[in-house]
Order: sequence, then structure tokens, then C-alpha cells
Amino acid sequence: MSGGVDSSAVAAMLRAEGRNVIGLTMQLWNQRRLAGHEGMPESVQGRCCSIDDVYDARRVAETLGIPYYVVNHEERFERDVVRPFVEEYLAGRTPIPCSLCNNHLKFDQLLVVARQIGADQIATGHYAQVVFDEQLNRWLLKRSVDKSKDQTYFLFGLTQAQLSRTLFPLGGMTKPEVRELARKHSLVIAEKPDSQEICFVPGGDYKRFLEAYLTEQGDKPTEIAGEMVTTDGKVIGEHAGVHNFTIGQRKGLGVATGSPLYVIQIKNDTRQVVVGKDEELYSRTLRARRVNFISTSELREPMRVAVKIRHKHQPAPAIIESAGPDEVRVTFDEPQRALTPGQAAVFYDGDIVVGGGWIENSTQ
Amino acid sequence: MRRVYLDNNATTPVLPEVLEAMRPYFGEHFGNASSIHHHGQETRAAVERARESVAALLGCRASEVVFTSGGTEADNLAVFGLARSGDHVITSTIEHHAVLNACKHLAKYRGTTGCEVTYIPVDGRGLVDPADVKRAIRPNTKLITIMLANNETGVVQPVAEIGKIAAEADVYFHTDAVQAAGKIPIDVNKIGCDLLTISGHKIHGPQGVGALYVRKGTLLEPMLYGGSHERSRRAGTENVPGIVGLGKAAELAISGFERGDDRKMAAARDHLERELLEIEATGLNGEGAPRVPNTTNIYFDSIDGEALVIALDLKGLAVSTGAACSSGAIEPSHVLTAMGLRPDRAKASIRFSLGKQNTPEDIDFALALVPETVGRLRELSPVWLKSAVSH
Repeated sequence: MSGGVDSSAVAAMLRAEGRNVIGLTMQLWNQRRLAGHEGMPESVQGRCCSIDDVYDARRVAETLGIPYYVVNHEERFERDVVRPFVEEYLAGRTPIPCSLCNNHLKFDQLLVVARQIGADQIATGHYAQVVFDEQLNRWLLKRSVDKSKDQTYFLFGLTQAQLSRTLFPLGGMTKPEVRELARKHSLVIAEKPDSQEICFVPGGDYKRFLEAYLTEQGDKPTEIAGEMVTTDGKVIGEHAGVHNFTIGQRKGLGVATGSPLYVIQIKNDTRQVVVGKDEELYSRTLRARRVNFISTSELREPMRVAVKIRHKHQPAPAIIESAGPDEVRVTFDEPQRALTPGQAAVFYDGDIVVGGGWIENSTQ
Repeated sequence: MRRVYLDNNATTPVLPEVLEAMRPYFGEHFGNASSIHHHGQETRAAVERARESVAALLGCRASEVVFTSGGTEADNLAVFGLARSGDHVITSTIEHHAVLNACKHLAKYRGTTGCEVTYIPVDGRGLVDPADVKRAIRPNTKLITIMLANNETGVVQPVAEIGKIAAEADVYFHTDAVQAAGKIPIDVNKIGCDLLTISGHKIHGPQGVGALYVRKGTLLEPMLYGGSHERSRRAGTENVPGIVGLGKAAELAISGFERGDDRKMAAARDHLERELLEIEATGLNGEGAPRVPNTTNIYFDSIDGEALVIALDLKGLAVSTGAACSSGAIEPSHVLTAMGLRPDRAKASIRFSLGKQNTPEDIDFALALVPETVGRLRELSPVWLKSAVSH
């Protein structure tokens, strides 16, 4: 329970069904830790694990008459989410901390705690559906009915064991229906706005967060500046670190030319940021690593799917084929713009999630 | 559901006699103790009677007792009331946050140059070595503040020895006795302290009231300014019902010692402790040190203490681990860490603390529940399963 509308509505729904519900909030990050560091605001602004949100969750639990606890997972969150987040940026990639949190915290450590305290399943406010397919003898992850809210992109890493103990009660509902349900149960958070940003990065300014975190840790890399080069190898400027860039970025490149320039590639080994024209951003293939399959145990032969390469991307038709252990080669029918290392490629067969993996840097 | 409360170091239930004693002061005896008329005289008399009861519990004069809003205020008053810019303060690494954070603040902000603070470490049993305290004394040392009994482990510090060292060096000595009061007899003159903190709700009195013993002649700067209440050491209209409740709780603590309640409690705690230590891969925190009779702190290897506390609460047993932060999540214990306990063991440690209301059946209830719950948690613990394979 985050103290938001979605997880609160889930608790209300399950309680109304007569289930035995225990409310848990994960304390993941201490917002005060970096306050005042390296240009971070003195006062605490972020939403993550704020006292206000815990207060809201506690009030909801009280209204529903369910036991409620806050569990501290700060150590594991830093190890498995925050550090990789920082390291990915420093390696010139664009990470998705939410997927890491789902894989390592919510559906792993939290599930262990839930089972230890006597629960059989965990339910979250994710917009997704879990169904058991008798024929395949597998648990399937499906897109939510409200397509605009679908969060399966962040859930591709779930294993069969995890899915078998997971409930997504909002999968069949729209956001307005969820709010209405919260109102009906007189939950104090019914009108609370949705959170959008990365929960531990106040104000969404990830660059400032990286600086503050690395300074706090005392391991700020000394040599991070590098060259800005064009696709034909011409040096056109300098930059202050690859972590400042993401594929497809146009603003803040610090170089002025006649036509608009975009980041085409980030070369971590040479610390070069390659810029070029918009049309140079398109490519037809990608490699996905550390692939997890859900609707099938393995990929025996090439398969026609639709592939989503970022959260707000419209899945594009493609062929996936095995390219080694846990690796998949994706070939799109049409070239796709800004394939970004560090983001996920998630494979869909209609509404069913076939699986997904992490987009690899094409230079590696 | 049957509920058993074994978290009496967090707070204790108000005893029925205490509630009865307080009741009239919410109703017919409502006067302001500073008023000159009948109503004020009534409550003034009640406050002064309570002061005498607290003085009797501590072995001091009534005039040396300052009522506060609780243990934290009393600790803060001792620290901020004495330390001045340029002074040196000695404390320990295992103090309650009411002392620890006051000292941190002292080092950071107070005055123009701030104060220097020395944190005396503890050994594996959780004990401060008085010789370390003696060595830490400097010419500008103003105050030594070291607790009497630790809230997490119940370990009793060698305060009388520290008191002697402080007296020889002519340094003020404060001891936080919040977790010792009512559990072991206290005599401020035997301890040799100049200031001592107690709290109402840890001795079956109400929350929101505490007291600071201040030895006659100690020049204490107040923290609150206003009227001349509490001999100008703590301004603000007295919390009469609270003070009356604290006084009654002090009286009951004294009669408890006369009846030998502390020995009975030690026997019940020892029984609980012995049985819990029968569980595989467990150990006692604070072993080999003198402890108050109501507390036992045990680690259960490969267990997440937080999950164990929740699992037990869902079955009706209230115990605790570490210290809760503002969200209610549990933070690793600075006390166990200071004792050199492995971080995983610090996180696997649970505190059981008994109160006067606990019965032998309560102990049986805990003993029926804990081993089974620990077993279930371990079956689901990846760390335990890994260690079991390697055995």
C-alpha cells in the first residue's frame, strides 16, 4: 500500500470480498538522506515513502479495519534498485528502476515477508491481469483492460512462481472506476493525484540525484567528460558526462548547428556521445538480454509478436528469435525510433505478455 | 483474539490504582496549582504529594524533583540545561535517542562554537567501562550522561563507579533511568548522580509525564520560559492528573519492591528466556552483564526480526525489535550494532519485556507461539535454507 488510490482500492476490494487482508507498506528510501546535498532541496519534496503517504495508507487500513504494517526494505532497495540505476546512467544507459523494484523487491522480498507472516498471496495496485492457462499449464500475464493504464511493461520479469501468488485486482478496471470505488468506501485518498515520477528522485531531476548520491557515497567518478561526435566521426564539442544523455535526446546537447541534432548512440568505452539527424535514430533490430519468458518456457523457433521498447511506445510488429542463452534477437517490420539500451523490450502476443528482456547497447 | 503484551519497555498499561488516583483531577479537582484559592490549593497539595512519592522512589528530597512532559524532555533539560558553548560532554553509544540526539544537536548548533561530545563505546555485553569514562574527562568536561539501564537489552551500567569518577573530577553526572525505575531500586546518593531521568508511562503511570531529579545546588538553565513553575526550572502549568498518576505509580513501585515483585519478574523472565534459547541457532544479547529483571533480547539466526514481530502480532503477541522510525518501519538497532553484533543478527533480534500485569499464562502463550513461528519463518527464509544445506 503506497497510500495512493490504486493500492488502497485493491485493499478495499479484497476486504469487501471477505478475504483476510493485511496491509503492508514498503519503506524503500529515506528522502531526507540526500536533502541539502549538491543542489538537492533542503526540504523533502519527493513522494517516495514520505510520512504523508504512510499516514494515508495507515488511515485507509484503519477505515477498512485491516491490520497494517510498514516494512523496511531500504537496504535491499539501495542495493538492487538505486545503485544499478546510478550505474546504468554512468554507463550511458537509461534504466527503468520500476522493473528492478518489481523483480527484486515487490515480487521477491515482499512476497517472502508476506508468506512468512502467514499470507498466501500478494495483491498490488498494478494495472495488469494474471490468469492461469490450463492448456499451457502456465500462469499468463495480460495487459489491463484500461489500455492507457497498462503496466505490464514493468512486470515482464515475473516468474511463474511469483505470478502464481500474485493478484492484480485492478486489471479489469478503468482508473475512473477505481476512483469511484475508493469514494464508495469513503477512503481519504480517493481524490489524491496519480504519481508519475521515479519515486526516489525528487522533482524528477535524475541528474541532480546522481550527483548528490555519488557525492554522498564518495565515489564520484573523476573523469567523466567526453567528446561529442557526429555519426561520421567528426568531433563537434565536449560534454560533462554520458549520464546527462539518453538516446533520442535533442535538448541540452550544448552544440549549435543549422539542423536539429539528436543523440544517436552513447559509447561508454570511449565516453563519446554520437549525435546525428532524426532519421539516423531509426533501426530495425535489437538484442535483448536477461530475457524472461512468461507464456512459454523457451523460444524454440522464431515467433511473430509485437514489441514495446519503452513505456509509452505503441507495440510494433516484429519477429523474435533465440540468440543464445537468455538472449533474443528482435527484428521489427518497420524501423523503430530511439532503441535505448537499459530500457526493456517486452514481447506481446495480443494482450498476452510472451516475455521480455533488457535492450543491449549495440556497440557491445 | 487473545492478546498478550510483552513490550513493556515501549510503554506499560496504567495500573487501575493509578487511574483511580488520577480520575478526580480530570473532574472535581480541576484547579490550576498556581492559583491561590481553594481549587488551586487542592491541586497544589496533590502535586507536592506526588513530588514526595517520586522523591521516595529515588531517595532524594522533594525539592530536587522537577516534573516534565516525559523522559525526553527531562533528558533534554539535563543536557541543554548544563552544557554551554565550549564545554565537553561525555555520553555513550547506546543511549536512548533522547540523549543521543540532544548531544548530536549540542555538537552541531548550540552556542557559537558548539560543544565537543565524546561517545564512550560498549563491550560485547553492552557495558560501558568506567575507566574509559575517566580517560575521556578533559579540563572543560561539563557533563557525563550515561544511562542506568538500556531500553533494548536491559543491561545495567556501572553508574555508581561512573558517579564516583564524576565527583572526583567535579563534573556533573546525569543518568537516564527511564528503563530502570520501578524495576531495580534507585538511590541517587548511592549512584552519585546530579541528575536522573524517569518517565511515568514506563512504570505503569500515564504517558506525557516524567521527572528530572536535580541535585540541590545544580545550576540548571531552563529550556522553557514562562511562569516560575517548578522553582523556575520548567515553566508551564502543571499537568496535574499526569503528575498525580506518576506519584501513584512511584508509590506502587516502592510497595512492589517491598513485596519482592522484582524477584518474581526476574524468575518469569528467566523462564521465558531459557525456553526461547532452546530454539536452534539463537542467542542472548547482553549475556554476562547485569540486567533489569523484565527484559530479554534474543537473536534468532536467519530471521527477519521485522517479519517475526508482524507474524507474532497477527497471532496476538506484541513484542518489538530495534527502534521504529517515523514511518513505523524498523531501523537497525544502534545499541546492538554498538555491541558489535553482526548486522544480520542485529536485524534478527527481538526484545521481550515484561510488566506488572503479565501472568505466567502470558509467558506460556508466548512460549507456545514463538518457536513455531520462528520455524515457519525459517522454512521460508532463503538464508536459512542455504545455511541448512551447507550444514
